Amino acid sequence: MTEPIIQVKNLHKWYSGVHALKGVSLDILPNETLGLVGDNGAGKSTLIALLSGTEQPSEGEIIMEGRPVRFKGPRDAMNEGIETIYQYNSMVPTMSIARNMFIGREPLKFSFMGIGVMDGKKMATESVKAIADVDLHLRSPNALVGELSGGQRQGVAIARSMYFKSKVMILDEPTNHLGVKETEKVIGFVRSLKGLGITSVFISHNMHQVFACCDRIVAMDRGELVLDKRIEETSIEEVHKVL
Amino acid sequence: MKKFIKIYLEKPELAGLVFLIILTIVFQVQSDGIFLNSRNLQGILGILPEMGLVAIGVTLLMISGEFDLSVGSVFALTPMVMAVLLADGTPFVFAFGAGLLAAMAVGFVNGMLTVRFNIPSFITTLGMLFVARSITVVISGGFPPALPPGAMPKWLFTSFVGPGGMFRMSFLWFVLVAVLMTFLMSRTNFGNWVRATGGFLPAAKSMGIPTARVKVASFMICSVLAGFAGTIQVMRLGAPLPSIGEGMELQAVAAAVIGGTALTGGIGTILGGIIGAVLIRVIDNGLVLVQFDANWFKMALGGLTILAVIVNAWLRRKAKSIKVETDK
Repeated sequence: MTEPIIQVKNLHKWYSGVHALKGVSLDILPNETLGLVGDNGAGKSTLIALLSGTEQPSEGEIIMEGRPVRFKGPRDAMNEGIETIYQYNSMVPTMSIARNMFIGREPLKFSFMGIGVMDGKKMATESVKAIADVDLHLRSPNALVGELSGGQRQGVAIARSMYFKSKVMILDEPTNHLGVKETEKVIGFVRSLKGLGITSVFISHNMHQVFACCDRIVAMDRGELVLDKRIEETSIEEVHKVL
Repeated sequence: MKKFIKIYLEKPELAGLVFLIILTIVFQVQSDGIFLNSRNLQGILGILPEMGLVAIGVTLLMISGEFDLSVGSVFALTPMVMAVLLADGTPFVFAFGAGLLAAMAVGFVNGMLTVRFNIPSFITTLGMLFVARSITVVISGGFPPALPPGAMPKWLFTSFVGPGGMFRMSFLWFVLVAVLMTFLMSRTNFGNWVRATGGFLPAAKSMGIPTARVKVASFMICSVLAGFAGTIQVMRLGAPLPSIGEGMELQAVAAAVIGGTALTGGIGTILGGIIGAVLIRVIDNGLVLVQFDANWFKMALGGLTILAVIVNAWLRRKAKSIKVETDK
């Protein structure tokens, strides 16, 4: 049996009296596409927040490639190779594509105490390359992200994660607020991750989307896992029933 | 035209620049060529750095998504701290440094209160406006302290230099700060973080940017620049009045807004803030030159501010509606 890339062991999370996550354990295998479903308040977002480092678990541990890890912030998770893409909040619309690609990880010509001069040329050429890698062709890396369509933005976000060689990509409802064509495109991106050897966790409300691109489906309800099956062993009806 | 609007998205200071050119032409014609003569320019450039430095700081802070209403009070507090120490016999370097440290401390407190308690900076800095002004009056004892002659190196800050004594030294300081701050905002990773923090806070946070520290740093830069500007004014006037800088905070916001800075953060340039500050000085000076009742100054400033915001909002909408081209 292959070793899981991420092991979640007995994770608990309390938010001022609310028990949002009640002892969740989950093994995520390398190169699989995991679909995470559940109603609002089921604990999906909490689980994602712990995995992406934006929040810290109250109890339990996260093991990455056999090593226990502790994320104090999103940057720690990124350094371990976990990238998270949110429905709309992973890009700054008032900034250019090139600047968005490298937010917080700007290539510097030189620096002093973490502050330094950005290598603008490198940012421009690398972002054009990275975007072309996800089969998205934008004429200028200097266009503002705010000018892109929702699907293009997700494309850029995915390009960014791939550029930084993420091992695990978490996509938190990336298709919300997108049109039909745009959704297709994003689902296409998710499918292509498998071929690139990237493990992904895809969160969605839409069962059809999950069944269209995932290998395995995990359902949550009221802070607990209620279903965990290979996609071919289950059906949309069965998943609906447990939720 | 389309091209101009598209460029506008990357250069939000364009509208302000157009206003500036139009007003310059109007004043130049109306004053029979006096407006742009060297004597008058000398006058405008001589006091521009004071407003300009404050506007630079306020613009930077507004790009990070916050506000500072206390800059006018810091403008008075900083030189007062310096003056009280000078009157006490402290050497200039230490007195000057202590003044700037006081400004920095005010910025730090502004930032920490805003970030830690998650309250709008409009409120924290409104409180600080009163607090800092009060401290200024208290430490002055109600009267401006008498400064020993030669206590301040005026040659370094306010004496006239250049061809025909065209500039004051303060103008050179102003240019230096302007270049440094423009560089900081456009070329360094810190500038990128400031823009991201103000542009869309959740994204900046999720990308691991230390947004709280970025904001506090922006507050401190803003405060220090306001304090430095106040110090320059005191050296120019020769006496530290506790009442200087009143109303300056709102003029600085007006300058930033006229220069294309968005109140919501994330949009704006240092150059825009400077253009706004120049515009304010130009209106102030121009109205007098064309023998207009100078009491209309605030009317003109107010009208221009509102007009600038409307034009900027319109241009931004227009520019956005022109979609970015893709190959497919």
